[in-house]
Amino acid sequence: MAAGPESAHPGSGGGLLGWIDRRFPLSKLWKEQASEYYAPKNFNFWYYFGVLSLVVLVNQLVTGIFLTMQYKPSSAEAFASIEYIMRDVDGGWLIRYMHSTGASAFFIVIYLHMFRALLYGSARKPRELLWIFGCLIFLLLMAEAFMGYVLPWGNMSYWGAQVIVSLFGSLPWIGAGLVEWIRGDYYIADATLNRFFALHVAALPLALVFLVIAHLMALHEVGSNNPDGIDIHEHNDAKGHPLDGVPFHPYYTVKDLVGVAFFLLLFSAVIFFAPTFGGLFLESPNFEPANPLQTPPHIAPVWYFTPFYAMLRAVPSFAGTQVWGVLVMGASVLIIFFLPWLDRSPVRSIRYRGPIYKTMLGIFVVSFITLAVCGLKPPAGIYPLLAKICTVLYFSFFLLMPWYTKYEAVKPVPERVTGHD
Amino acid sequence: MIKPWRDMTKSWILISVGLLAAASASAQEGGGIALLKADTDITNTDSLQRGARNFMNYCSGCHSLKYLRYNRMAQDLKIPEAELEHNLMFTAGKSFDGIDSAMPADAANWFGKQPPDLSLMSRERGVDYMYSYLKGFYVDKTRPWGVNNLYLPGAAMPHVLAQLQGLQKPVFKPGSDGNGGAQVELVGVEAMTPGAMKPEEYDQFVRDIANFLDYAGEPIKDKRQSMGVFVMLFLLVFFVFAYLLKKEYWKDVH
Amino acid sequence: MSDAVDPIRAVDPNSDVPDQGRRRLLTAATVGTGVIGVAFAAVPFLASWKPSARAKALGAPVEVDASKLEAGQMLKVVWRGQPVFVVRRATAVVGQLGGHDGLLADPTSDDSMQPEYIKASGAVRARNPEYWVGLAVCTHLGCSPLGAFEPNNAGQVSGVDLGASWPGGFYCPCHGSKYDLSGRVFKSMPAPKNLTVPPYAIAADLRIVIGVDDAPKTVS
Repeated sequence: MAAGPESAHPGSGGGLLGWIDRRFPLSKLWKEQASEYYAPKNFNFWYYFGVLSLVVLVNQLVTGIFLTMQYKPSSAEAFASIEYIMRDVDGGWLIRYMHSTGASAFFIVIYLHMFRALLYGSARKPRELLWIFGCLIFLLLMAEAFMGYVLPWGNMSYWGAQVIVSLFGSLPWIGAGLVEWIRGDYYIADATLNRFFALHVAALPLALVFLVIAHLMALHEVGSNNPDGIDIHEHNDAKGHPLDGVPFHPYYTVKDLVGVAFFLLLFSAVIFFAPTFGGLFLESPNFEPANPLQTPPHIAPVWYFTPFYAMLRAVPSFAGTQVWGVLVMGASVLIIFFLPWLDRSPVRSIRYRGPIYKTMLGIFVVSFITLAVCGLKPPAGIYPLLAKICTVLYFSFFLLMPWYTKYEAVKPVPERVTGHD
Repeated sequence: MIKPWRDMTKSWILISVGLLAAASASAQEGGGIALLKADTDITNTDSLQRGARNFMNYCSGCHSLKYLRYNRMAQDLKIPEAELEHNLMFTAGKSFDGIDSAMPADAANWFGKQPPDLSLMSRERGVDYMYSYLKGFYVDKTRPWGVNNLYLPGAAMPHVLAQLQGLQKPVFKPGSDGNGGAQVELVGVEAMTPGAMKPEEYDQFVRDIANFLDYAGEPIKDKRQSMGVFVMLFLLVFFVFAYLLKKEYWKDVH
Repeated sequence: MSDAVDPIRAVDPNSDVPDQGRRRLLTAATVGTGVIGVAFAAVPFLASWKPSARAKALGAPVEVDASKLEAGQMLKVVWRGQPVFVVRRATAVVGQLGGHDGLLADPTSDDSMQPEYIKASGAVRARNPEYWVGLAVCTHLGCSPLGAFEPNNAGQVSGVDLGASWPGGFYCPCHGSKYDLSGRVFKSMPAPKNLTVPPYAIAADLRIVIGVDDAPKTVS
C-alpha cells in the first residue's frame, strides 16, 4: 500500500508503488503523461478520433492474434479455415466480425482524425514530425489492410492481389522482375499468401506499434493543438500550468470514455446487425474461393482504398505505358506528407481563416468522397469524367495551398480559447 | 457535446455523405432483371426444417453443403437425432460430418460445370437471388437440358423442380421476339404447363429452400442478432454512466 | 492576464463545490459496468480455445464391430489419435484371470486409469468378459505393445522368452514391460500402471462404441 502523496516525490513513497518507483519511472510516467499533462480544455468532437484510433488498434491486435490461432495460411486451407472459424470454433464468428469491422472502422476513424488536422492546422509547426509519423502510420496501415484482405483467399482477395501487385509491373525496367519478386512465384500463389501472412501478422503490426508510440511521444513533446489553433502555454497560472489547459487525467480520460462508449455502440451495431455492411465491409465475391480462371464480374478494392483507386484509373495511358496512373496514385498519398510546408496561412484554425480555405477544404472533402464513389463503380457513364475532375480538385487543394493560404485575408486570432465542450 | 456546428465542416460532410448515399442507391449492379423478394425469416424454424428436407430430397444429390455439419443443422433447426439420420442423411457420412453430395468429382463432364457447393451461395448472391433463381427456369430448346434461367443466363443446371412447378416460357420485350432479326430481349417468364404444385405452394417450397440456404450460409445469424440486442442495451447503460461521470467532472472546468 | 482564473480551482458561484460522493458513485458505476463489459467481451476469446466442432468430430466415438472376432484375435482402431485394442479372449483364459494376482503390480487397478464400471468388474477389467478393450499405449513411455495371447507359450514373440508360466497378455518391445490379458502390468516392469481403459459401451450384437459410456441407441 502506498503511503504519502506519490505526486510529490515519486520513489519516496512506501509500499509496492514506492518499491517500483525506485526502479522504474511508473509514477513519474503517470504524472507526466496523464495526471499532470495539460491538454487544451476546448477539445471538441474532432478530438475523439485519436483515442478511438488507439482503441481500434488494440482491437485489431487482440482479435488478430486470436484469429491467427485458428487460421491456416496456405492457399489450400485458408478459405476453409475462415469458415472453420465462423462455424466450428466457439465464439470464432464474433472474433472474425470484430476484426473485419475493425478494419473498416480503422479507416473511418483515421480519415476523420486526419481531417481534424486540416480543420485546425494541427500539422503546422511545431507538429510537422507528429504529422509525418501519422502519415507513415497511414501508409503502413494501407499496406497492412491490403495484405489482410488477401488472407481469406476468396475470389476478391485473389484478384485484388493480382491487380495491385501488377501495378508494380508498370514501373520501367524493374517492373516485371519486381512483380515476380513480390509474388515469389509466376502468379499470385501460395508463396504470396504465406509471405503476406507473415508481414500482416508480425512485421507490420510491430512497425505500426512503434510508430504509434513515436507519434504519441512527438505529441507530448509539444502538446496538443486545439480548435482555436492558439498555443495554450502562452498563458500560465502561478504554478506554470496553462490557464486554458486541464490535466488529461481525469478530465480527458473521463471524456474519452464517453467517446469510446458511443463508438462501441456504433461498432457493435454493425458487428451484430450488419457485419457485411451491404457488401462494403465484407465483399460478396469473397464468399467464393479464389479462382484463378474467373475474375469477379466487378472488381473493386475495399471502400477505403477506392478514392486512390479512382485516381489511378482516372489517368489515361500515355506514351504506351500505364505507369502515370500508378505515379499519380502514389503522389496522391505522398503529397499528404508535405502538408506542414504547403500551408502558409498566418493562422492555424479554420475558424480564423478566410472564405477561400473553407471553400477549398469543402471542395476537397466532396472530391475525396466522390472519388471514393467513382472507385466503387465500374468505369462507365459519368464516373470516369467525374474521377478526372475530382483528381484535379484533390491535387489542387494541396498544390495551390501555398498561394491561397498565404494571400488570404484572415480574422484576428483570440488570446485565449473560446469555450469548451 | 452536441453544439451548434461552428465550423461548417459537419455540413460539408453531411452533404457529401448524402451525395454518396444517393449515388450508391441509384444505379444497381449493371443491367439484368430485378430480383423477386424472397421474404424469408430465419427465425422461422418450421420453414427452415421444410427447407432442409426439400434441399436433402431435391438438391443434395448434386450439391454439397460441405461447411455445414449435420449435427449443427440438427441442433439449430431442433431436429431430433433419429429423424436426422433417417430422413436427412443419405450418404455414408456421420452426423458430425459436413453435408456431402453423391456427385462424383468429374461431374463437370456431364453438366459442363461442377455443381457448386452451396454453403456460401446465400452470402455471395443473396437470399432474393436464390429464391428468384428457383422460380426463373424457362423452356429453351437451344440448351442441353432444354431449360435456361432468367437470372443466370446460360445456366448449366437442369430444372430439377420442373415436376413441381411445371414449365415456364420466356416473355420477350414487345417487338423483340427474335423474328425478323430484331434483338431478343428477355423481360420475364410466364407459366406454360402446370406442375404438381399450385403456384403458391411452389413459391413456399422454394422460399423454404432459400431460407434454409440463407441459414446454411451463416448458421449463427439468428443468435448473433439476439445477442446484439443485449450488447447494445448493455453499452447504452455504460454510455449513460460514462456521460454522467464526464458531466460531473467537467463541472470543474470553466 | 490579471483577470485570468484557473479553470480548475475556480468555483462558479452558481454551482456546488465538487460533490465527491457523487463522483465516487458515478466512477464506481462506470468502472463497474466497464469491468463487467470486459468480462463479457473476454468470453468469446476464451471460448475459442475449447475443442472446436471439428475437434469434437475428429474425436468422436468410434464404432467397432467385434462380432467377427475369433478367440485369440485382436482388432486395433484409432480413437482421439490413439490406438485401441479390442481382444477376444478364450473363455478358458477368462476364468483364470484371477489366478495370478501375486505377479501383478496393481491387480485391483487402484492406481490405473479406467472408468468406474471397469474397475468394478474386477479381474476381467471389461464390460463383456470375453472382449477386452484398452488403449494400446504402454504406460511407461507410450510405445504400442504387441499381443501375446497364448498362455504358456514362452516363445510367441520372436526373440523374447516370456517364461513358462506366461498367462497370456501383452508385451511391450521397447523396454520389455509385460501386461496380462486384462492389461494389468506385472511387477518390476518399467511401466508403472496398467493399460488405460477408455470409456466404451458394448451392445448385445457386439458393436462396441469407444468414447461413450452408454450403449448406442438401436436404429428403429
